[in-house]
Amino acid sequence: MAIAPERPEIYAGSRIPRIPTVLELPAALRDSDDVLQVNFGPNHPSTHGVLRLVVDLHGETVVGLNAKVGYVHTGFEKNMEAKTWWKAITYAPRIDYLAYQANELVFVQAIEKLLGLPLPEKATWMRMLLCELNRIHSHLVWLGTAALELGAISMFWYCFRERDQILDLSELVTGYRMHTRYFQAGGLAEDVPPGFYPECRRFVETMPGAVDQYEDLVDRNQIWLKRTKGLGLLSADDAIALGQTGPVLRGSGVDWDLRRDDPYLAYDRVDFAVPVYENGDVYDRYRVRMDEMRESTRIVEQCLRRLERLDGEPWIADDRKVVLPPREELHTSMESLIHHFKIVTEGYRVPEGEVYVAVESPRGELGCYVVSDGGPRPWRVKFRGASFVALEATATCMVDAYIADLIAIVGSLDTVMGEVDR
Amino acid sequence: MTEPWWISLIKAAVVINLLLGVFAYTTLLERKVMGRMQLRYGPNRAGPFGVLQPIADLVKLIRKEAFTPTQALDVPYIVAPVLSAFTALAAFAVIPFGEGWHVWRWDVTGQIVDVPISLILIFALGSVGIYGFIVGGWASESKYSLLGSMRTCAQLVSYEVSLALSVLGVVLMGQSLSLTEIVEKQGDTIWFAVPQFIGLVTFFVAGVAETSRAPFDLPEAESELVAGYHTEYSGMRWGLFQMAEYVNMITLSGLCVTLFFAGWHGPWAPLGPLWFLLKVAVILFVFIWLRTTLPRLRYDQLMAFGWKVLLPVATLNALVTALLVVAID
Repeated sequence: MAIAPERPEIYAGSRIPRIPTVLELPAALRDSDDVLQVNFGPNHPSTHGVLRLVVDLHGETVVGLNAKVGYVHTGFEKNMEAKTWWKAITYAPRIDYLAYQANELVFVQAIEKLLGLPLPEKATWMRMLLCELNRIHSHLVWLGTAALELGAISMFWYCFRERDQILDLSELVTGYRMHTRYFQAGGLAEDVPPGFYPECRRFVETMPGAVDQYEDLVDRNQIWLKRTKGLGLLSADDAIALGQTGPVLRGSGVDWDLRRDDPYLAYDRVDFAVPVYENGDVYDRYRVRMDEMRESTRIVEQCLRRLERLDGEPWIADDRKVVLPPREELHTSMESLIHHFKIVTEGYRVPEGEVYVAVESPRGELGCYVVSDGGPRPWRVKFRGASFVALEATATCMVDAYIADLIAIVGSLDTVMGEVDR
Repeated sequence: MTEPWWISLIKAAVVINLLLGVFAYTTLLERKVMGRMQLRYGPNRAGPFGVLQPIADLVKLIRKEAFTPTQALDVPYIVAPVLSAFTALAAFAVIPFGEGWHVWRWDVTGQIVDVPISLILIFALGSVGIYGFIVGGWASESKYSLLGSMRTCAQLVSYEVSLALSVLGVVLMGQSLSLTEIVEKQGDTIWFAVPQFIGLVTFFVAGVAETSRAPFDLPEAESELVAGYHTEYSGMRWGLFQMAEYVNMITLSGLCVTLFFAGWHGPWAPLGPLWFLLKVAVILFVFIWLRTTLPRLRYDQLMAFGWKVLLPVATLNALVTALLVVAID
């Protein structure tokens, strides 16, 4: 059995391996018979989706690692090029199935930027509200599954209790529980239904208490602390060098959040804090996400306060070349009928050009690069996925880790394989 | 007149069936309690309140294909679950569940056989049972099973030492290795849970580890090793491993009740075996409660805890008890 590895608080210098995604066997163990190569995945109880980790084990210690991806490659980006702009929106949320709202937002914003469409006030605030609810949802799923992997099985159900409330809200406002396709170029697909605000307010009131409950259950639990503190270390410099974003970056002590540093929607008009922790371990990534849930709840509350005063305002831009005309006009107005027919059959045309739009998804910087040739379909769509980048840090974090840590570390990076493989 | 052999045989048949029944309903209890603690209902489809669920599970397991990997070593692969289940069931034979009764002209004892060294017998059978888990994982020729086997080896062997040491205090106070006499002594004086509180805690913790229940469920840590040593088992062979685990848990609870909670004695009303069952149920509930609440330890932490914390505490407890027993005498 290998000797227990020493666990320094945070390391100096760079730990990034020669190939960032591959942790190579130490020379001393290369020809050894004591090394056991095990496949964790693509089908394994703890891998998120279908991540395959080829792990070299020396006893219980992880000495080599090679992450393989591509098992759920479905060609989202290429498919989107074959669809009209407004049909392609449907694809975006399915890429990262836990941060669907952020994905939808980034693609819709890219279209709007190319079109130069102004966004009505109500749509801005509603989008923010839904994106923040979605952030809480994503972090809840993360917390539940990460705790489940560390053996705290009940957390999963407690987290899913609140997650379900978010899905209910989503259903109430968009008609779908996930993958809502509620964001439309120019605003929202429908008006916010009556009854949504009080329901959402009720959720906002209970959510901070729920976060307290989760913390009560794990945060003073010695086993939890021992399983998360001081492992999966990633220094600030390494995190930046590996292009990390989101909670992984902020857990390593880098104060960077697109919502505050490059504000979109109306993030410059709400009050929220960006949690940053210094140690770059699994525990700090957990702390960042817990704090973010609280901050997101605060943002939702502020959005609600605005939205309640915007009752009766338009929810979508008034541009008949892009936005579907109201249903009732189709019976009386020839122009509306023509517009409706053109948008539904051919789709609207987007001026020639290329844009890159980035938002802060629950997992970090989610970017969308879109090229238009002026036609009704995008000429090229490319996403910059935060989980794909987070996965690149796996080998760097995996220094001196046991099998059990491997699970905790990969979990703490919060990768969604749908987005990694796209 | 002492009981003839055929009475022991009848008792064995009754107890083994009762034990299997308790095992089946422990699985249901676990799923129900866990369900309630996790905002779910647990099984509630088979029969009223799901009471037929264990039977449905049994029928399912028996009808399932007992799969054997091509690379597996056939004989140990098949013998391992049988061995585990056998030793688990056999260990219960010496646990006293009642005071003993006078039936017609025979004195019937409150356990299947009253062995003067029953405590040692239980530990001996437990140690043999561990081989089932180790050999089963090793014979499966699967990497996950092998890792599970390795963990079983290290964990169970380490914690067995603490388990045996933690009951030393009780043995010293009861001045006997016979479980009946230990219970009698507690009935006359005080439940050993009070003077031997540290012994009880170390016994329980080591016991949880010994039955590889959460938070010490490393040998079958689902999120790490898929299912540990029984990854490659299916059908009733897997069922036998599960049975061994649960029966071990019941035996351990029974032993805990016998050693620390005065077995069949109750605070009031001489209900005999009913008190015993009730106390066992409470301890089983604690087992399940722990599982729903605590995260899993890591391998090195488990080892460090076993050797650096539990063993010294158990040793110290035995030592202090010995000194006090001598001093008071």
